[in-house]
Amino acid sequence: MLEIRWHSRAGQGAVTGAKGLADVISTTGKEVQAFAFYGSAKRGAAMTAYNRVAETPIMNHEKYMEPDYVFVIDPALVYTTDVTMNAKEDTVFIITTHMTTEELVASQPKLEGKTVYTLDCIKIAQETIGRAIPNTPMLGAFMKISEMYDIEFFKDNMKRVLGKLPQKIVDANMLAIQRAYDEVK
Amino acid sequence: MAFDKMELRETEVWDGNFAAAQALRQAQVDVVAAYPITPSTPIVEGYAKFLADGYVEGEFVMVESEHAAMSGCIGAAAAGGRVATATSSQGFALMVETLYQASGMRLPIVLNVVNRALAAPLNVNGDHSDMYLGRDSGWIQLDSYSPQEAYDLNFIAFKVSEDHDVRLPCMVHQDGFMTSHTAQGVKTMDDDTAYGFIGDYKPMNDMLDFDHPVTHGVQTEEDWHFEHKSRQHNDLMTKVMPKVQAAFDDFEKLTGRKYNIVESYDMDDADVTVLCMGTSVETAREVAKEMRAKGIKAGVVGIRVFRPFPFEQIKEALKGVKAIATLDRSAPGGTVGALFNEIAGALYNTDDRALLSGYIYGLGGRDLTKAHLVDLYTELQANVDAGKVTTPLQQFIGVRGPKLSFL
Repeated sequence: MLEIRWHSRAGQGAVTGAKGLADVISTTGKEVQAFAFYGSAKRGAAMTAYNRVAETPIMNHEKYMEPDYVFVIDPALVYTTDVTMNAKEDTVFIITTHMTTEELVASQPKLEGKTVYTLDCIKIAQETIGRAIPNTPMLGAFMKISEMYDIEFFKDNMKRVLGKLPQKIVDANMLAIQRAYDEVK
Repeated sequence: MAFDKMELRETEVWDGNFAAAQALRQAQVDVVAAYPITPSTPIVEGYAKFLADGYVEGEFVMVESEHAAMSGCIGAAAAGGRVATATSSQGFALMVETLYQASGMRLPIVLNVVNRALAAPLNVNGDHSDMYLGRDSGWIQLDSYSPQEAYDLNFIAFKVSEDHDVRLPCMVHQDGFMTSHTAQGVKTMDDDTAYGFIGDYKPMNDMLDFDHPVTHGVQTEEDWHFEHKSRQHNDLMTKVMPKVQAAFDDFEKLTGRKYNIVESYDMDDADVTVLCMGTSVETAREVAKEMRAKGIKAGVVGIRVFRPFPFEQIKEALKGVKAIATLDRSAPGGTVGALFNEIAGALYNTDDRALLSGYIYGLGGRDLTKAHLVDLYTELQANVDAGKVTTPLQQFIGVRGPKLSFL
């Protein structure tokens, strides 16, 4: 079982990202689950979304999770929420920030000793898609770190997932995914 | 046909709401009268979009309340159409008066209930308060544990509800957020296969059949009311289960997916069992397997048909079990949980009465964790070892503050 927790703000696309990732993974025959904590959260409120991936049907519906990966797609959430909650020894953190990984860890001591990768999903999204929607860049970074799929395979599938959007937006998302793949450190 | 068909992949990644919306499209529902409410909104929104995009030949009626939504459904069903809608929680509560009208008038309406807590305090998350509120309303109530089942059970609902021997409305329940907003792989049927399973709607005593004028919703008073209600109850008690079973059998032949009136998992040699509904059934299945690895013979029983209540099938499923925990996801309001009540009623006159204890859990969407279930099975095994229930009969799982227990 592979488990992922997303930290996001409502409106930044974590749910869409989690469902998109689940959709792509499902095409390879694996079982998937994607869900989120909504509450009555309004746009801008901190929220979490989740992915589970397994070889066999996923029966577990508990919300509690000790994630293998933590995605943080809003830079401030590292300070205003506990992104290390229920983490394991080997949990991998991929965090969007304008800082270097060293600067980030120095600014948030809870990340010390953890496996942390960083990139600036917000900047990438602004420069490619034209809006601060950092979800698809995070998935590009995840493909690089996890080596789950070849990036071209992943992009081809994401084109289908995003198929209802205008071609221009789909193309911009592909650029964003590729840039994140190249830039994550 | 005057609508487009939709190409679906063999496995789609859908949440429970979208799965239900797709089922309403494939059933080619004639009329949806709806007043959307969280977390059920995407079901009727989905139908409306399919309609606007030309994938359904039907009508979406926007109304001013859930009371009006079900009233519209009743009118359309009496007129002779295939009718469905969706609601949750407060919306369901507002519908209650008309739920009794629908069942009393013997109208086959399918209502998707995305289970959610009842205020106050206000809460949009999943528990079974609304499902329990409907349990005396004379409807058939089917319960799904996953998006796949929310999809499949809609077809079962149309097939059973519209059967001329049944003619009773049917609710399809799914857990708010835990199913409705959780995306998982859903194995689909193509449009022709799905529609073929339920077939064309065959009206009966429809008001638009002007050659055979009928009246619906009449007043009877003391002279006939009791006869009507008892006949309705008779049909619930005797006619529904065989039709549900037949629909499950046909569905298995068509799709390979097998449903049972009572679902039993790891029950063949189980000493201890958890009996529950909704997503908790699946989580408990996973924990039962883990308990077996630790040497505790754990099983799970899930209620698939909540109304009519499957007394005979429950007795069979629980034969030989030594300790049972009923899990009720609704505030019991001064008594035991509904499942505790039903199971006690089902088993009281049987020879092997197991040790029965009741648990209230998960109100307002409170997480039921695997750790909770491990503790629960451990407690049940302790009851078996002691030969008696060692705890109070009613306990609460996962609530903060001093431990609550009663009876």
